Amino acid sequence: MKEAKNLICITCPKGCEAKVWAEEGEVKLRGKICKKGKSYLEQEFREPKRTLTTTVISRDSRIKRFPVRTSRPIPKKDLFRAMEVLSSVEVRPPVRASDVIVRDLLHTGVDVIACDDLVD
Amino acid sequence: MIRKTKIDLAIIGSGPAGLAAAVEAKRLGLKDLVVFDRDEKPGGILRQCIHAGFGLEKFQEELTGPEYAHRYLKMAETVGVDFSLNTTVLEMDKDRVLTVVSEKAGLRQVECGSIILAMGCRERPRGAIGIPGTRPAGIFTAGHAQRLINIEGYMPGRAVVVLGSGDIGLIMARRLTLEGAQVKAVAEVLPYPSGLVRNVVQCLHDFNIPLLLSHTVAEVHGDRRVEAVTLVRVDERWNPVQGTEQRIECDTLLLSVGLIPENELSKAAGVAMDLRTGGACVSDFFETTLPGVFSCGNVLHVNDVVDNVSSEGETAAHGAYLRLKGRMPDRTSMVPIEPDETIGQVVPHHVSAQNDATLHIRVKRPMKKMTLRVGDGFEKKLPFARPSEMIWVTVPKEVFRSAGGPVVVRCEGR
Repeated sequence: MKEAKNLICITCPKGCEAKVWAEEGEVKLRGKICKKGKSYLEQEFREPKRTLTTTVISRDSRIKRFPVRTSRPIPKKDLFRAMEVLSSVEVRPPVRASDVIVRDLLHTGVDVIACDDLVD
Repeated sequence: MIRKTKIDLAIIGSGPAGLAAAVEAKRLGLKDLVVFDRDEKPGGILRQCIHAGFGLEKFQEELTGPEYAHRYLKMAETVGVDFSLNTTVLEMDKDRVLTVVSEKAGLRQVECGSIILAMGCRERPRGAIGIPGTRPAGIFTAGHAQRLINIEGYMPGRAVVVLGSGDIGLIMARRLTLEGAQVKAVAEVLPYPSGLVRNVVQCLHDFNIPLLLSHTVAEVHGDRRVEAVTLVRVDERWNPVQGTEQRIECDTLLLSVGLIPENELSKAAGVAMDLRTGGACVSDFFETTLPGVFSCGNVLHVNDVVDNVSSEGETAAHGAYLRLKGRMPDRTSMVPIEPDETIGQVVPHHVSAQNDATLHIRVKRPMKKMTLRVGDGFEKKLPFARPSEMIWVTVPKEVFRSAGGPVVVRCEGR
C-alpha cells in the first residue's frame, strides 16, 4: 500500500493542495478539489507521468543541439533512464517536426519526436 | 549617402510577438511589410525554450517552444512574410525612419508607414542586484545557461545554486538536473515563489530540490571559479538576518531575478515610458505616444504566457492597419487608465472608449477573495490573485465613456 501524500494540483494556476491516499484499492483525497483536479491528483498518486523535453546531438553544421520530446507523457520514474538513452542519439538533416526520432522509448509505447525541422 | 528604402510596416523582432503581428498584418491585407531580426533564424527566445507548456490557448495543445515557433513560421510562410535576418536595427527616429545594418546589405535606412516594436526583454544581470563577494567565473543568468545547454550544447556547471524563483530559474533547475547536474537549492528573496505553481511542482518538487523562501545570496566565494555561495534568510524588508547564514558548496550560480523590456530604440526615439512596466505607454491598440509606432509582447511588459504575447502582436497589427488606413481614433479623446497603490501595473495606459478594452493587470501582493474595480461601473471577483499571474479583464466601453476623466484601477482582498 502506498502511503499518503500531500500533493499540489497544477491543472489551473490556483494550486490547490490535497492529501491523497489509497484505501482498499481506491484512491481517496481530502481537500477542496474540483472535478478536473481530482482526476489529475488520482493519476498523480497512482502513477505520475511527465512529458520529457530535451535535446539530441545535431550533425547539422549550423546547430549543435536539436529539440525533441516524448509524444506522450512517460512514467516519472523513467525520466533519467530516458535521458541516458537520448544522450547518444544523433540526428542528421532532413528532419521534419513530429518525425519519430526514437520509437517505443524504453518499451513505454511512447515515441520521441522532433520539435522542429532540420533542413540542409 | 546612406541608401534609403520605403515600406508600409516594419516589425522589429521575430519572436512570438513579432511573428503573430506579421501573420495578422498580412491577413488584414498589408502587403508591404518586413520583419527585422538580429538573429540568423526567426523565433526569438522560443528556440531555446525547449520545455512544454506553450500554445494551450492558441492551439489547444501543449507544445514546446520550438514547436510553437514552428507553427507560426509555417503560417508566416503561407501568407508570405518577408524576413530580414542577421539584421540589427540601430536606431529609430520619431518620424519612423529606421537605421539598420547587416553584413549582406550594409548600412541602410528604411522609411516606415508604421512600426511594431517586438524586441522582447533581457535578463536582469548580477550588477543590477548587487550581490556581494568575489567575481569568479560560473555566474550565469538563467536564460544564458538555457541557451548554452539547449542550443550550443555546453553544460554551465555540475553543482548549482539558483537565485530567484522566476519561471526560467525553475525550468533551468529541472533542465540541469535532467542533464546530470546537482541543483542544491533555489533561493527566493520574496516569501512566496515568483514562478507559476506548476513549475514549482514539476521542476522542484519532482526532483526534491529545496526552495528557500525569504533567502538571498549573502556572498559568493571563489577566486577563478565559484566555489561556494553563502545564503542568508531575510526579514520583511529584505535585510539579512544575522546567524542564519549557510554556506553551500557549488561551482555555478544561476540568476533568475527578473526580466527587463529591451527599450533602447523606443527611448532614443522619445517614446513615453511607464516606470512600473519598463515598457512604453500605449493605447488599447498598443500604439505608443509616437503616432504609428506600436509596442507588443515582452518589450511592452513582461508576460507569463506566450499565447498572450501572440495575442498582443495581433492587437498591434490591427492598430498598425488602422493607422495606415487613416482610421485610428483621435488621441485627444482617449481616457487615461490609472492604477492605485494596490496594483503593480496595468496596460494599456489610455483607451479610445470606442470598443471594449482588455486590461492586463498585475496585483502588487498575493491576495485571496479579490475584487477588482475599474472606474465606478465595473468590478470582477476572483478567488485569488498573485503578482506572478497577469490578469486579463475585458471592460465594457461604457465604463470609460461615462468616466469623464481618468479611470482608476484598484483591488481589495485578503
